[in-house]
Amino acid sequence: MADIAETIATPKPAPTPKIKWEAVTDHAILIAGALFMLLPVLATFTTSSHDPVTIHREGLQLAIGDQMGTNFDKALFEKGGFTDNVNGITMLMNSFILGIGFAVGKIVIGMMAAYAIVYFRLRFATFAFWIIFTTLLLPLEVRILPSYEVIQSMGLTNTYTGLILPLIASATATFFFRQFFRSVPEELVEAARIDGAGPVKFFIDILIPLSRTMIAALFIIMFVFGWNQYLWPTLITTDENLFTLVRGIRQIIQVYSDGNSIPEYGQAMALAIIAMLPPVLIVVFFQNWFVKGLTESDK
Amino acid sequence: MKRAGFAQPWLPILLLIPQLTIIMIFFYWPAGYAIQSSFYLQDPFGFGSSFVGFENYSDIFSSGEYRKVAWFTVVYTFLVTFLSLSLALLLAVKADKVIRGARTYRTLLMWVYAVAPPVAGLMGVMLFDQSAGPLTEFLGFFGWDFKLGVNYNDTATAMVVVAVWKQVPVNFIFFLSGLQSIPRSVREAAMIDNRSGTRRFWDITFPLLAPTAFFLLIINITYALFDTFGVIDTLVKGEPGNNPMTLVYKVFIDGFRGNDLGGSSAQSVVLMVLVLALTVFQFRLLERRIHYT
Repeated sequence: MADIAETIATPKPAPTPKIKWEAVTDHAILIAGALFMLLPVLATFTTSSHDPVTIHREGLQLAIGDQMGTNFDKALFEKGGFTDNVNGITMLMNSFILGIGFAVGKIVIGMMAAYAIVYFRLRFATFAFWIIFTTLLLPLEVRILPSYEVIQSMGLTNTYTGLILPLIASATATFFFRQFFRSVPEELVEAARIDGAGPVKFFIDILIPLSRTMIAALFIIMFVFGWNQYLWPTLITTDENLFTLVRGIRQIIQVYSDGNSIPEYGQAMALAIIAMLPPVLIVVFFQNWFVKGLTESDK
Repeated sequence: MKRAGFAQPWLPILLLIPQLTIIMIFFYWPAGYAIQSSFYLQDPFGFGSSFVGFENYSDIFSSGEYRKVAWFTVVYTFLVTFLSLSLALLLAVKADKVIRGARTYRTLLMWVYAVAPPVAGLMGVMLFDQSAGPLTEFLGFFGWDFKLGVNYNDTATAMVVVAVWKQVPVNFIFFLSGLQSIPRSVREAAMIDNRSGTRRFWDITFPLLAPTAFFLLIINITYALFDTFGVIDTLVKGEPGNNPMTLVYKVFIDGFRGNDLGGSSAQSVVLMVLVLALTVFQFRLLERRIHYT
């Protein structure tokens, strides 16, 4: 389409290179958009390299200061900055446990359920389908208090199980794999059956290898989703040893709003950067898979 | 279901058991519990509860505060949806058009997807900080005395800005993928028929993007209603006080700060009905989509 645009824009053979104002505007808009996205995070990053007094007096800093190492070191290894007995490394670990546990759990359970729904003659298949897909409608935020009461009555507060399992209770992954399995050619099952492969063998040797890209795409989306959970971890983990990084942000805000002493701004910004880094890196490096997963899951 | 499915009777049930168990315990049980407790009034000190019928509901709908929160939620949802959709559409159209650096722009415009809402909120708190926030100073330059967390409208503005910032990437990804799926032949035909880029956009591209836009509309409404919790909680610093809040935030505040299980549950049920209505609306739009594609 590019070459056509050019031929139409310059119908006469005009070899003198003219500035295409339209293209300049386009780039200007895109650069403005990119800066709009980038600047807040950049400012956070540069600010994380200053000492708290400077930040308190002068606000966000746009130049790199000399406290970067100290701040990140404190954010990662020092207990009792914003929380009393947990350091950044533990929160980082908990974030990974939540992100990976959530993504893996969701994918495994969803694939199994989708396989059962798509590939088996099942009398109550329609019923199971509706039971499962109703869960797509109501996010956890809507039923937050009763969910909390139920988890509490089961004694699951401050456990990884209580943290992860309720988040898995929605059918996004099942729906995603159902769509994908339905697009897999019918001939594959027939061929597999003729060759004498049973359902388990077909699932493990044919369907799972076929779904590799889909699994990767969904893993990225689910990992980011799990990592970024805020409300549920805030409610369910009161024990600091189970805090995730995103949950830790709430502690920062609380110290900030107390206003008694100058908060450790630099350390807070460093912690925010650490909380952003893993999901951002995954999304940037695997963006093709991620975009594919995102745009195909919801249609 | 596939025509050539397997006929084992027990295997599919085994495969479905984990999903069904989790859903039953962590979805249907709490949802049912919400409906049940919305008809009860809980003793604030935990000594049992008494059946009050629809009293919790009538309390909600006659409460001036609830109506205020509901109105704010409507305005907030509209602003976030409209601004993030139009900004993302503009950027996607441009990113689809440029040849040089298209991939770089795509990366630069989408990575914020991975930033957690409360982290975005924390950055908002710093940017709009009353004494030293750069945006506060910038607005002060124009005579706007911005007071985050104190002035109702200022806090609402910050909430909208942060929520839009966080949502543009998702919309951008979907719009760009929608634009790129428009067949080359259609674009070329449009090029021949019409030289004006603006007219081409409104006559050809936009109608072809309509299914994506409809779909995104629902996604954005859901986002503004539910996923902005982290943004709001950080921007009001966990202390709602006089600040604006959305319906979901009120469910949380009434339930966990006010210990009002019945009232909070009734609000949950109202939200459930709202989401169900949205879904029905979405299905009707999906039916319409077929005519386009």
